[in-house]
Amino acid sequence: MGKPMQVARHWRHFREKYALIGGKCENGHIFFPYRSVCPVCGSRNVKEYELNGKGKVISWTIVRNPPSGFEYYRPYPLALIQLEEGPVVLAQLTDVDPEEIHEGMEVEMVTRKLREFDEDGIILYGYKFRPVLK
Amino acid sequence: MTIEKPVIIGVGMIPVGEHWKLSLRDIAVEALLNAMDDAGVERVDSLYVGNMISGSFIEQENLGALIADWAGLGNVPAVKVEAACASGGAAVQEGAKAVMAGLEDVVAVVGVEKMTDAWPSDATRYLAYAADADWELFHGASFVALNALIMRHYMNTYGYTEEDLALFAVNAHANGAKNPYAMFKGPIKVETVLKSPYIADPLKLFDASPVCDGAAAVIITTQEKAKELGVPREKWVEVAGMGRAIDTINLANREDLLTLKAAKIAADRAYRMAGVEAKEVNFFEVHDAFTVMAALSLEALGVAKKGEGAKLAREGQIAVDANYPIQTMGGLKSRGHPVGATGVYQTVEAVLQLRGEAPEGIQVPNAEVGLTQNIGGTGSNITVNVFRRV
Amino acid sequence: MGKLLKPIKDVGIVGYGAYVPMYRIKNEEIGRVWGVSSFPIREKSVPGLDEDAITIGIEAARNALKRARIDPRLIRALWFGTESKPYAVKPSATVIAEAIGATPDLDAADFEFACKAGTEALQAAIGFVGSGMAEYAMAIGADTSQGRPGDHLEFTASAGGAAYLLGPKGSDTLAYFEASYSYVTDTPDFWRRQHEHYPRHGNRFTGEPAYFHQIISAAKTLMEEMDYTPDDFDYAVFHQPNVKFPLTAAKILGIPKEKVIPGLLTGFIGNTYSGATLVGVSAVLDVAKPGDRILWVSFGSGAGSDAFSLVVQDAIEEKRDLAPKTMDYVNRKRYIDYALYAKARRKYIL
Repeated sequence: MGKPMQVARHWRHFREKYALIGGKCENGHIFFPYRSVCPVCGSRNVKEYELNGKGKVISWTIVRNPPSGFEYYRPYPLALIQLEEGPVVLAQLTDVDPEEIHEGMEVEMVTRKLREFDEDGIILYGYKFRPVLK
Repeated sequence: MTIEKPVIIGVGMIPVGEHWKLSLRDIAVEALLNAMDDAGVERVDSLYVGNMISGSFIEQENLGALIADWAGLGNVPAVKVEAACASGGAAVQEGAKAVMAGLEDVVAVVGVEKMTDAWPSDATRYLAYAADADWELFHGASFVALNALIMRHYMNTYGYTEEDLALFAVNAHANGAKNPYAMFKGPIKVETVLKSPYIADPLKLFDASPVCDGAAAVIITTQEKAKELGVPREKWVEVAGMGRAIDTINLANREDLLTLKAAKIAADRAYRMAGVEAKEVNFFEVHDAFTVMAALSLEALGVAKKGEGAKLAREGQIAVDANYPIQTMGGLKSRGHPVGATGVYQTVEAVLQLRGEAPEGIQVPNAEVGLTQNIGGTGSNITVNVFRRV
Repeated sequence: MGKLLKPIKDVGIVGYGAYVPMYRIKNEEIGRVWGVSSFPIREKSVPGLDEDAITIGIEAARNALKRARIDPRLIRALWFGTESKPYAVKPSATVIAEAIGATPDLDAADFEFACKAGTEALQAAIGFVGSGMAEYAMAIGADTSQGRPGDHLEFTASAGGAAYLLGPKGSDTLAYFEASYSYVTDTPDFWRRQHEHYPRHGNRFTGEPAYFHQIISAAKTLMEEMDYTPDDFDYAVFHQPNVKFPLTAAKILGIPKEKVIPGLLTGFIGNTYSGATLVGVSAVLDVAKPGDRILWVSFGSGAGSDAFSLVVQDAIEEKRDLAPKTMDYVNRKRYIDYALYAKARRKYIL
């Protein structure tokens, strides 16, 4: 629809978003997303750290009025998830019925489609969370 | 602080609503001229424009030049101040700071936002630009959805219900009904809120403020200049205290989802500068863009204990004639929330209250000190201003 | 050397993994909309709104890596066979390689040969590892195949996939390839032109001259060249566009039905096209014993067949529990109606 697809802007985070790659500083603080200054202690000695993807739901909502670009997927659940290693992450939940979602629900990371930029634009993939497979 | 506090000598605004026939420059100029007329000035030394997102909504930036030009201000310095939905509150602060620094004598501050020109789902997208583009909007998070996450967590943590939070909407409408500038002029019941559709569960249509157009303006100057201009003292309102602080841009990185840390810090700074405590403030124009934000704001401003913001509403303490009046002219929910303009609307309303010029039925009795609080993002950029009757 | 394909070094499976989406639609629900009352299978899998061949490939690959327990950066080729490429031009394989942390030191590409694109990737990976060019290569077959609304293939075209990480045969491989064989002819039994949404097929032409001729030829030749009879095999996994065809093929070859059933999943999840035999074999590996021999024969329209003889090794006992089993995915299900199915399969004009 005449809007820029902003390929580079998304591409530079592909690797971090396909898996769940955050950061860890020299003092052992683990955080997500990755940034060059530790948000806990301010250390600039920071390395990438891949989180294991397991966590629990803190809060959730069901998006019924999506921002443009996400209309096809509504309604979809969005949640704040506390990862095992400590950081909290915002992501959609998938493979789940809204009625099943509850505080403390155990979830695991999967890589899914976030959106397409129309029929001829790129496809964005990234992390979502689903109830842990039994 | 030994620098003399500036005073607001004129206020102006247009009714908040869907102004199909009026453009952004039309409404900004009208509000600005209204304020200049109220102050009795024919020229100003500079212009600060509070606006969040004109570039996306109407493909227009450079609002300082646009509005100063269209209002015939001449070759004054003019600039846009942006702090998401707190742009208005921040613009008032920047204007006041210029006066306090002695660099500009008579300053105009205009808050303006024109939201109704956008396609609804695009408007939803643009409002999310106040959040984290790469780590929140990327996931399809609308701004409402982010606040809904806070709302559900607040309810679950403290045992509040959707009915409890609905009381903030009811209070807003009760007051807005008497404000001719409000967008929604009908009182509502709790049932109205509960029956409204979910935008992002548990947040319903009536838990949220509307998409709308609006513009408001204030004129700020020194007390000396006010005297020189012949503005009667009863019309002066002092900008007694200002505070501003940020918090993490995205919700997931917040230290505590249920504490508006930036509001606490901004309020502390403003209270200290004004030399007042929370209990000396007569009314609070809090940022009730969402009912849960009104509750959290009361807690952050030191009006309610942590976790008890909604309790104040339940106990009927937030009405105009109660202990802690909020949303006195409708708040964001009923008067409306033209995002970047809101902080200036709050300022105009505070001035009217302190002058004793509030509309009938919603005048806060014996108003000496008032507070406006403006939240940008999901709590990432917050301004608090304290005003005092001179 | 004859017709058999045998590399210089023996090649084994270091890790395998499958993935099937959780949504199902019943054949009778499709029949309700199109006025059909007899059905080839009971139900088939449907990809969620946020799933496609790439996301299926990613999870299958991750499961294979869980069982393989090797550093993904050691993988030197990732080949992805599919006929539902999200991009007509831009390899799905690079997205998968990035997602599993295998980039940048590897070859990656998408393969196409209708339903045997997955085993195409497998043949190439065997050659790559078996020639000594690389230590590890991954072959994936996955699809979210589109069924033309109302057509009889709509009842079976489903979504799923599996990945096989190959390495030199050793104590860490859970099975190894004794030999393989490929048979191809130019037989247009089923095709899809460049910009068409749905494929076309030759109805009964897809049976005897296509599926059966290719599969039987490949299976017979493999067994003859290897001097094997049906008794030498404990399991037989054939391409499975429905339940009838693979059972008929087995009968023709003299293979008892019991050996086919464990690797025949179409009755539960439909035909996952490029994933079909790969997913079927993964279900067999989930239950097979060391020493078992598996006959693996795929079929791709166009047309051709890849046949493999796979022998299970000791490491299977320890490795099989390191990732979800195929039946775990098969048994994880939620039913949807035709309206939601049509939305998920993007059949609505917007």
